Amino acid sequence: MKKVIYVLVAVVATMIVACGGGDGQSRKDKILAKSVKDPYENWQDYKGVGPIQDLILPETIDEAMVAKGLEIFESKCTACHKAEKKFIGPAPKGILTRRNPEWIMNMILVPEQMVKEDAIAKKLLVDYNGSPMANQNLTEEEARAVLEYFRTL
Amino acid sequence: MKTFIKINTLLIACMAFIATSCNQGGDSSNGALSSNIAEKVYVAPGERDEQYAFLSGGYSGNLTVYGLPSGRMFKEIPVFSQFPTSGYGYSEETKPMLNTSFGFIPWDDLHHPDISQTNGELDGRWIFANGNNTPRIARISLSTFETEEIIEVPNSAGNHSSSFITENTEYVVAGTRFSVPVPQRDMPIKEYKENFKGALTFIAVEPEHGHLDIKFQLLMPGFNYDLSHPGRGKSHGWFFFSTYNTEEANTLLEVNASQNDKDFIAAVNWKKIEEYVNNGGGKKMPAKYAHNVYDESTHTATSTMKDEVLTVDPSEVPGAIYFLPTPKSPHGCDVDPSGQYIIGAGKLSADITVHSFDKMLAAIDAGNFDGDAYGIPIIKYEDVVAGTVQSGGLGPLHTEFDGKGNAYTTFFISSEVVKWKLETWEVVDRQPTFYSVGHLMIPGGNSRKPHGKYLVAMNKITKDRYLPTGPEMEHSAQIYDISGEKMQLLYDFPTHGEPHYAAGCDADLLMNNSKKIYRIDENMHPYAIKSPSEAKVVREGKDVHIYMSTIRSHFTPDNIEGVKVGDKVYFHITNHEQDFDVPHGFSMIGQGTSEILVMPGQTKTSLWEPKRVGVWPFYCTDFCSALHQEMQGYIRVSPANSNIELSWSLDE
Repeated sequence: MKKVIYVLVAVVATMIVACGGGDGQSRKDKILAKSVKDPYENWQDYKGVGPIQDLILPETIDEAMVAKGLEIFESKCTACHKAEKKFIGPAPKGILTRRNPEWIMNMILVPEQMVKEDAIAKKLLVDYNGSPMANQNLTEEEARAVLEYFRTL
Repeated sequence: MKTFIKINTLLIACMAFIATSCNQGGDSSNGALSSNIAEKVYVAPGERDEQYAFLSGGYSGNLTVYGLPSGRMFKEIPVFSQFPTSGYGYSEETKPMLNTSFGFIPWDDLHHPDISQTNGELDGRWIFANGNNTPRIARISLSTFETEEIIEVPNSAGNHSSSFITENTEYVVAGTRFSVPVPQRDMPIKEYKENFKGALTFIAVEPEHGHLDIKFQLLMPGFNYDLSHPGRGKSHGWFFFSTYNTEEANTLLEVNASQNDKDFIAAVNWKKIEEYVNNGGGKKMPAKYAHNVYDESTHTATSTMKDEVLTVDPSEVPGAIYFLPTPKSPHGCDVDPSGQYIIGAGKLSADITVHSFDKMLAAIDAGNFDGDAYGIPIIKYEDVVAGTVQSGGLGPLHTEFDGKGNAYTTFFISSEVVKWKLETWEVVDRQPTFYSVGHLMIPGGNSRKPHGKYLVAMNKITKDRYLPTGPEMEHSAQIYDISGEKMQLLYDFPTHGEPHYAAGCDADLLMNNSKKIYRIDENMHPYAIKSPSEAKVVREGKDVHIYMSTIRSHFTPDNIEGVKVGDKVYFHITNHEQDFDVPHGFSMIGQGTSEILVMPGQTKTSLWEPKRVGVWPFYCTDFCSALHQEMQGYIRVSPANSNIELSWSLDE
């Protein structure tokens, strides 16, 4: 009899927990958490979490795009980023030697998601004093122009 | 074994119960749960309400936004009152919004919100509201939820039969409650009778941007014009105003304005008057009134003083205005969704009078009148009345409709909402309110197409409904489910100020157009900076203009020197955030004004007049990030005769 009641309590408890909807860490997170590799050193493994999963940059630089990217960068990013010097956030100079183009795009487009789910972004948030990267609501095209500008730095 | 079966049954029941409770917020109209009233108003964390409700704040001067059915308050929109929470009426950009012909008026008594309509249905573009005390009409954007325009109404006083709109938002109408000398002049009060006038003002609404412009003022006899509503459908083109004090008393109105057995509902054929005016009719009269417009692209309001208004004498437009006798000082004047019935709620009566639009037209055609008042024909009561609702209640005030052939009227004295049927006039249900209900609102209940699932009753007296909070209690409101034959009281919630009427609509009508940010590249404010690199400080005599930018979590610049005692320092702050719901605040020690709250992409200006030498801090007032506490800066204030040059910096 007692046993049956225990079973009943256990079943009910399980269901209540299932009700809670707490999905906890995503599968990807769990895998990343297990990894002992330094995400900065292994940056080539990270494309970031977000809408951009495949981006191949052409050989030549599109100057019109660079001009547009510079304009956007100056208006929407310079409150926190200086092109060649660490400020509130890191300097974008040479970023393509440290990050994949997809990662850069995702960090611009969905920074809130990145600092929750991407290992590099999480580490950056801590290293930069907890200062969050602002979502400046750039379109994909605008973010791409900013990336093109970064290539010239 | 038996016990085992019992337990098994219990287990299944438990599982079923838990599984059901998992599915929150869904339709619960079936089974035993249909009696669960709590579930009908329960909006689970993270879920959203079905409808918006905009409740007037009365003497708060503002408009509050609620969700239905939860009764949760989302926002207070400042309209006629200074609002330190956002800096409305304190910031340099918004001070002009509260300008009037009497100067800067930081307050009003906001009464009757009304949502714009197209073809008699709510279109969700704007909401209008009236300032009752210093007569004004405001237009509020339902995309930014900001007050965009305020126009003062001259020759009016106690702007109460306002701010109701015609069914294509051609006009927002503002009628005076108190008649006054027109034009104002020095004269004995007791010469009120035959000398005072009641102005009914038709303010044209420009269709694209909603800009307001007084088209004409009808100078009516000196009665009190209490409430009004537009005709709709078949009666589109007419407007109906309830009146009291047809006695034209000027003292102890409590007694002297309640002598006549019947007052009037004034039926105004505004299309006819519009035509008269378009053909050059009417008389221009000098009148001083302010027109204040807020421009979303410059984030700045400008105030213009007007000096003339077009008036119309009713006797010059025969056939445009009629009086419908209506018993006992009618208060509410409501028109049903079809436009056929005009309901006059005689507030000193037990009954509700319903007039028929068709009968009114027939009586006008027949030309058989019961005399006139100041040349305006009075239609015979029996020629126009369609029916009387004998409710058994006391003190009917306001009526709304569910679009299913039912009307709902509040009764102030007997504290109840009474549901009755149009055309048969029979009472089908009544529910108590707590206590002394004034207005009621059914979303869309003042249109051709009510969204009639909920009814909100707005009460004048709270007493024991909530935990006591000293002598003053916020007014209570009640939500009723009106989807069934019987009304069901669901929920009580406190309101802010004193709601006089409300407007509501389905959430879908507004939520997708609700603005999230202002684009920084569209910011045309003359003191905006498009990039923090443009930050600077400029001296023009004693005026110092600081072009400052904010982003999480710093000001650019944050160290400023060269300001002197006696300067006027203008902080022009551009918020460079482009993300939803990330405003920054700004406040300065010893500042004789409120903080300002700057929305993403917006520029706002805060004035500071430093009075003491020293190094004075400023900071962000809206918790913006984990480093919000660090969002601060200093200004060095030197003596008036100091030679210190202006300088500014960030991290240098």
